[in-house]
Parts: sequence; C-alpha cells; structure tokens
Amino acid sequence: METSFALTGKGYVIVAADTTAARSIVKMQIDQDKIKELSPHLLMAYSGEPGDTVQFAEYVERNIRLYQIRNLYPLRPAAAASWIRRSLAESLRSRNPYSVNLLLGGYDASSHTPNLYWIDYLGTVVEVPFAAHGYGSYFALSLLDRYHDPEASLEEGLANLKRCIDEVAKRLVVNPGKYKVKVVDKDGIREVEI
Amino acid sequence: MEYNGGSVIAMVGKDCVAIASDLRLGSQALGISSNFQRIFPVTDRVYVGLPGLATDVTTLRERFRYRVNMYTIKEEREIEPETFAHLVSSTLYQHRFGPYFIEPVMAGLSKTPSGGFKPFIAATDLIGCLNFAKDFVVAGTASAKLFGVAEGLWEPDLEAEDLFETISQTLLNAVDRDAYSGWGAIVHVITKDKIITRTLKGRMD
Repeated sequence: METSFALTGKGYVIVAADTTAARSIVKMQIDQDKIKELSPHLLMAYSGEPGDTVQFAEYVERNIRLYQIRNLYPLRPAAAASWIRRSLAESLRSRNPYSVNLLLGGYDASSHTPNLYWIDYLGTVVEVPFAAHGYGSYFALSLLDRYHDPEASLEEGLANLKRCIDEVAKRLVVNPGKYKVKVVDKDGIREVEI
Repeated sequence: MEYNGGSVIAMVGKDCVAIASDLRLGSQALGISSNFQRIFPVTDRVYVGLPGLATDVTTLRERFRYRVNMYTIKEEREIEPETFAHLVSSTLYQHRFGPYFIEPVMAGLSKTPSGGFKPFIAATDLIGCLNFAKDFVVAGTASAKLFGVAEGLWEPDLEAEDLFETISQTLLNAVDRDAYSGWGAIVHVITKDKIITRTLKGRMD
C-alpha cells in the first residue's frame, strides 16, 4: 500500500512518498509525512510495518544528529547508508527484527554529487540512479528505466516523478492520493508541490 | 538463497586464475540493480565471490575484511589463498545453526617455496564445507547451468587471454538460462603481475 519513489538528477535527489496512513480498509490519516530529514543534506523515506517504521526512522534520525553534534560535521550519505544498513542487519537476526524499507537520498557536500540508496528490511543496500518501494514500484521502475536521465534538470526530474505518480494513480487498485515530495541539493532540503 | 539471485564462477588456468559473476540484484522477480558487485579483493592475489542473500554479502564482506586486516596486522604478511579459504570456512561454521545464506567462491595465486605462484580456487557451502577443485568452482542460482557449460568448455593450462574468453562464455551462456542471474557480468583475471577486470556486454533481460 505504501508507495515511495526517488530519483537523482544533476546535483539533486527528489524523494517522494504517499501521505496515507491506513489500517485495513480505513484511511486513518491522509497527510502523514513519511520522509525524515536526517541532516541538512540527507532525506530518508520509510515504509513497512506500522510502528516499526516510525520507531526505526526516529532512532536513525537521532543517531545521525548525534554524530553531527559530536563531530561538528554531518555524516556523508554513503557513511549514513552503511550505518543504517548495519543497524538493520543486526536487527534481522535478533528476537524482534525491524520490518522497514527505506530510500535514502542525499547530497554529498564533499564530492558535490547526489547519492541515492535503496535499502530493504533485510539490510540490503544498493546505490541506484532511481528507486521505489511498495506496489507502486512495479509501475514506476519501468517508467524510470525509459525516461530517467541522470543529467536532467529539476523540472525534468519532477516531470518524471509526476509520470510515475500518475501511472500509480491510474493502475494501482488502492490509490494513495496525495504525495509529499522533498528535494535535496547543495542548498539543502526543501519541499515542493507536484 | 534465491531471494536476490546472482551467480559466481572461478576457473584455473596456466599460472593464472579467473573469477567472474553477474551483476543482478533483485527482490525475487523484480530487478532492482544491474550494478551489484559480489566479488571483492581480499589481497592483491586473492579474490572472493559471495553469491546469495545480498544483506549477508555485505555483512560477510565486512567481516572478512576485518578478519583479514587483523591477520595482516598480527602476522605482518599478506594472507595466502589456502589460509583465507580456511578463514572463510571457520567464519561460516561459527554460525552453524543460524547461517549466513552465502556460498563463497575464492580464487587466487599462492606462493610456492621456490618463489613462483600456483593457481588456487576453492568454494564452500553455506556452513563452511570446503571444496578444493582443480578445474573450476561454481555457486549461485545458475550453479547447475554453470557446471554444465564449464564442463564442456574448460580445458587445462589455458593462458590468461584464453581463460578470459572461456570463463566469459561459460558465465554468459549459463546466466542466460537462469531468470535470477544476469543483467550484466564482470570478470577478473589474476596473473602474477597484474589483475585485469573487464565488464562484459550481455543480454539485459
């Protein structure tokens, strides 16, 4: 049910997630923000088991911020991905594993490149030019295979994202409705209207 | 083991070894990445390939890197391929009743007392049972197909360039018959002075 997408472009990463919180047939909330801002240049969209999601996402958010407080320097996206992956891999073989899938998008201020990581609940991490989680991924990934351009401008990237959202709206039985879209680039994080 | 997909093969040649894998990472039938590396250098002369569950690929790679670094610091020398194979075996057996879902494949050149180099390959199962083959070792979702093609194409004492062609054709044709392997391929040929890494052009379906 929970759908999230992300794609990279020239100097930016767009992360989008639906805003529906549902239990069985009821939409309990239609404006939930499922994208956490871990640091000034790092976004993380989460989906999965209700409860686990917010617990794990807040745990990650706090620990990433703690690193920044201690070291006066934020963790780079690749390092953050490693730390998050290790937390999930350790949780996997514990008594009560977290069942959370993530999309980690960030702008690396040192190498001036955008980075996007697809992370699943097992602790699988892979760096990708575009990614998606949930049933929506079955529609979005093929569209992005065809239309994605790693050197595209922000407007073109947002147009590609809109293409994915429209396709999911058209073909997925339970349409998520609204999406929250955030962009991270060299100037930081901002929310955009799609 | 079939959740993410992927396969690895290693072959012996004349004073050289080659190790190759596909680059697919999937979530069952859905392909996620066509750039997932599952072969890693251990030292200049030893490479390890880790097909199986992707999260364990990363975890094991970090575990082996740690254990090999500790070995290098304590022993003040680089680890030999046979020793590394036993290191892999013991690491896996430690988790005998809750194993990592990986079947490692190793390839390298071991130093002989006379100062030369002998080609070495080995593989283990997911709980560390070692297999020291003389010709080739295979693992992953396309292992049955890899066995078949390798048995047909391999011959002893292939030079580095010929070994590259043989292992490439073996890998490409075997993964084309397997739904969970493919989406690109990478081959490393290890000789005493250099390692040549090539990415193969294959079917991306």
